[in-house]
Amino acid sequence: MNSPAIKFTKFGFRYRTQKNPTLYDINLEIQSGEKILITGPSGSGKSTLGSCLNGLIPFNYPGEVTGELLIGARKPESIFKLSETVGTVLQDTDAQFVGLTSGEDIAFALENRNVAQESMKQRVIEAAKMVGAENYLTRSPFNLSGGQKQRVGMAGVMVGNAPVLLFDEPLAALDPLTGKTAVALIDDISKQTGATIIIIEHRFEDVLYRHIDRVILMNDGRIIAVMPPGEMVCSGLLEECGVREPLYFTALKYAGVKITPDKCPGRLDTLILEESDKARVREYASTPGLLQTTLDETPLLEVKNLSFAYEKGQAVLSDVNIKLAQGEMTAIIGANGAGKSSFAKILVGFEKESDGSIIYNGKDFTDKTIPERAEKIGYIMQNPNQMLCKPMVYDEVALGLRARGVSESNTRKRVEKTLEICGLSRFLSWPVSALSYGQKKRVTIADALILEPEILIMDEPTAGQDWRNYTRILDFLKELNTERGITVLMITHDMHLCLEYARRALVFAGGRLLCDAPPADALSDPNITIHANLKETSLFDLAQLAGCTDKTTLTRVFIREKRRNHDSIRVH
Amino acid sequence: MTVFGYIDKKSPIHTLTGATKLIMTLLLSIASMITYDTRFLAAVIITSCVLFALSRVSLGEIKIILSLIVVFLLINNIIIFLFSPDQGTLVYGTRHELFRIAERYSVTQEQLFYQINVTLKYFAIVPAAIVFFLTTEPGEFAASLNTLKVNYKAAYAVSLAMRYIPEVQRSYHEISQAQQARGIDISKKAPLKKRMAGAVAIVFPLVFSSMDKIQTVANALELRGFGHEKTRSWYAHRRFKVGDIAVIVLSVAAVAWSVITLAINGGRFYNPF
Amino acid sequence: MFRFSIKQLVATAISAALFFLLARFLSIPVFANTSLTLQYAVLGFFAAVFGPITGLLAGLIGHALTDLTFGYGIWWSWVIASALVGFASGFLLFKVKIEEGELGKRGILQFIIGSLIIHLVAWGVVAPLLDILIYAEPADKVFVQGLIAGVGDFAFTAIVGTLLLVGYAKTRVKSGSLE
Ligand SMILES: Nc1ncnc2c1ncn2[C@@H]1O[C@H](COP(=O)(O)OP(=O)(O)OP(=O)(O)O)[C@@H](O)[C@H]1O
Ligand SMILES: Nc1ncnc2c1ncn2[C@@H]1O[C@H](COP(=O)(O)OP(=O)(O)OP(=O)(O)O)[C@@H](O)[C@H]1O
Ligand SMILES: [Mg+2]
Ligand SMILES: [Mg+2]
Repeated sequence: MNSPAIKFTKFGFRYRTQKNPTLYDINLEIQSGEKILITGPSGSGKSTLGSCLNGLIPFNYPGEVTGELLIGARKPESIFKLSETVGTVLQDTDAQFVGLTSGEDIAFALENRNVAQESMKQRVIEAAKMVGAENYLTRSPFNLSGGQKQRVGMAGVMVGNAPVLLFDEPLAALDPLTGKTAVALIDDISKQTGATIIIIEHRFEDVLYRHIDRVILMNDGRIIAVMPPGEMVCSGLLEECGVREPLYFTALKYAGVKITPDKCPGRLDTLILEESDKARVREYASTPGLLQTTLDETPLLEVKNLSFAYEKGQAVLSDVNIKLAQGEMTAIIGANGAGKSSFAKILVGFEKESDGSIIYNGKDFTDKTIPERAEKIGYIMQNPNQMLCKPMVYDEVALGLRARGVSESNTRKRVEKTLEICGLSRFLSWPVSALSYGQKKRVTIADALILEPEILIMDEPTAGQDWRNYTRILDFLKELNTERGITVLMITHDMHLCLEYARRALVFAGGRLLCDAPPADALSDPNITIHANLKETSLFDLAQLAGCTDKTTLTRVFIREKRRNHDSIRVH
Repeated sequence: MTVFGYIDKKSPIHTLTGATKLIMTLLLSIASMITYDTRFLAAVIITSCVLFALSRVSLGEIKIILSLIVVFLLINNIIIFLFSPDQGTLVYGTRHELFRIAERYSVTQEQLFYQINVTLKYFAIVPAAIVFFLTTEPGEFAASLNTLKVNYKAAYAVSLAMRYIPEVQRSYHEISQAQQARGIDISKKAPLKKRMAGAVAIVFPLVFSSMDKIQTVANALELRGFGHEKTRSWYAHRRFKVGDIAVIVLSVAAVAWSVITLAINGGRFYNPF
Repeated sequence: MFRFSIKQLVATAISAALFFLLARFLSIPVFANTSLTLQYAVLGFFAAVFGPITGLLAGLIGHALTDLTFGYGIWWSWVIASALVGFASGFLLFKVKIEEGELGKRGILQFIIGSLIIHLVAWGVVAPLLDILIYAEPADKVFVQGLIAGVGDFAFTAIVGTLLLVGYAKTRVKSGSLE
């Protein structure tokens, strides 16, 4: 074999602004044509490692490099030179998409190399075909869905024929089915081009839907382990580092099945279960499952025949009917662009419905203004940076009360209390800019909570958060729900979250409410999952593999156990 | 919601390159800047209205822009009259009073003629500018600028600005809604002071989230090899055809004519009095 | 100072987009065809942080796009004045390392006093003179328009622009200061 595609030797890096290095002692060889997954908790240095590969480090982010890095047996010279070897697909598809149309965007790298127009058009079409984007070459990014944008992004990198392709969190904003398609697409690309593929991702299980050669686990700036997926799963290191292990694997553990690497547990379709193991799973699935809780009958919020369009003639929501009872914890799920966020925006008055009515506590809510609604329904947008507008945490949280003319002494009391509820007391006098993403998100929750709303809507509470932060945020929401009786609505693409925390799932598809049922039921009905771009979790597949008669029972038992675990954790 | 309404149609104007239409707009605007000759301005307006008709863009599609400019010109005329009811006399040197309104405000033929000229002058390039805007694909725009020897980075900045306007607009919209939910009032009903405070509350998150965006977009551009070479080719570039050359020649002729009118009129103004 | 990096290019595009949007959606009309807006505060901020070329192009592109879509054609006199404001504001943080979180009283004073001069020249002299030269508008009208615009723009720049700078400086951290 010839020399490795990438070789780190005793490599380390410290950002200029940091006191301590972010990467320590990295020794790693990646052979050409390999498919690698890099995973690890938030802040462990995954993206930093990726930036070393594409040259952003050290050329754009200054800092101190130690040790040696060879890419294609050469030392990195410049971002431009490296871009011929390493193609990068960024996490943020909006930032990745720089052209005014898809075609232009795919051509971008070629334009920059002065490729003549005719051959450029030819190559753009070829690349677009490879990812299935050839039908929207003339469309602008603004009316493409998240998944389509990502295809264009991939084509734009592939057109450069780089032998190494780097993907930083390709799945973060995609709905489950689109995410699955993206993983398959990356796999196809790797087979067709023979390129070395490096994927950075929190969603371990989703990436392992297709074959991966080796998994690199990072923690605190070091490489903890490099192993094939099967061994990695069995090693128990994932949980230790705060990365969520595959759901089916946890279920097998609960069921008392002993899993070793030779059973190929890296992917469910390669997993080998003996008859005795299957029997264990079946037995486990027959223990008492989650009880269906009946909800309070009188609705707190009732939406009747709601329809909406941003532009005339293009319905985003049509004829939606929903009743929400006080104290619910409910998830809204569905494909990218199904109208989930739009629905929330109508509830809080950001957008005006074109038809239908909203009734709150028996009274008509439709002609209430945005600030009036905010006192009843708090809406927390996906991106905290769009909600934060004061430099200091205290002023930020106090803003809503001050604008309503509450006295300063009263404001202070309520701010302190709210910050305490959100676990932010010690940041009271901090600047907002010094907080991490997850902490900022909690500040925005405090912004909404301080108005003492009865309903809280969170848009994508966990996107891009690692498992630890994720659990923290959700346990916090759950606490608000159970202890303060606040009704919680979560908009999410995470089926795990939906199963584990929600008692009810509202499934949106193409602007309609497709289904209103307990999550386990909604997710096990193929009619629904297909229409709403959802995906069954691996628990259903495991149930099938083990030969359970009813596929949902395993899920119910599993959720019950999970919830019991949460509760016991909270008690101690 | 989008403001850059490129309207995709088949017309002789659409087949012209963006560069041609840009040159035309710029030259016409220079020509009508140079002179105040009424006949010339009228000719420019008529020609560019013909171009507009040729472009098959319907009046309905530019309703909003038209009403904006009408309001703008109306107010401008009123203000000019309020400030200098005798600007016409100053310009043309004579005074033929038509009727008197009050005190120093009387309407003279000269003032009327002057204000008609001002209006024509402002309006002269509007049809051409609208045609240029509605019939040029945004992607081709940057390529056009680069063809005109504008540095490709500056040209690309225009394209990128157009790329990000709808997106910044959406986040503006979302930020302003989020702020309203917190009790900040920016509606037209609110008193001026409150509205300004509200405006400021929106600008901060807007600017700071943009600052984050700048770094990520810059990385994205650089990772795909932007800015290293001295030149770049353009996917959306189009070659000059006969029609393009004809339009450019005509536009140059217009500038020449406007200079000639200076000599004929012995100054910028055509004086019928 | 006259280098044009990719980051500056992106800053140009995004500040032009912001300029355009603020002019269109956040302007508060106070006088005939003259309104109070925040776009010059934002332009001043971006120019001060990213330098004169960014300022020049952002003012030029932002204002030209605004005029075009408002149907003014292009009102060259004011477009040029905007470009000038952007360009000159690019020098306001001369010798202040804001990228490293340095601003201080000196930076703020430089910014405010500099902005005062720039707006005075741009709206009190350049824009009206060009109006008279190009469009032969009455002198007193254009000077009043210029004055109102200039005072408003300067006031906003001095207040909002400075606050933006202070906020930005806070987010920039010095070498080796994070643990
Ligand atoms: N530009 C930067 N300047 C200074 N420090 C940085 C910079 N980017 C990242 N860091 C720091 O380096 C550490 C690792 O960050 P990195 O983005 O590599 O983590 P990650 O593993 O990709 O996390 P995530 O999963 O949240 O994306 C963090 O503590 C972060 O604060
Ligand atoms: N401000 C807007 N103006 C015009 N169209 C919009 C706007 N916001 C969203 N849309 C469109 O409305 C549709 C529904 O969007 P929405 O954001 O509600 O979807 P979503 O279900 O939240 O999707 P995602 O899961 O990707 O967040 C999409 O087609 C989207 O392009
Ligand atoms: Mg990362
Ligand atoms: Mg959404």
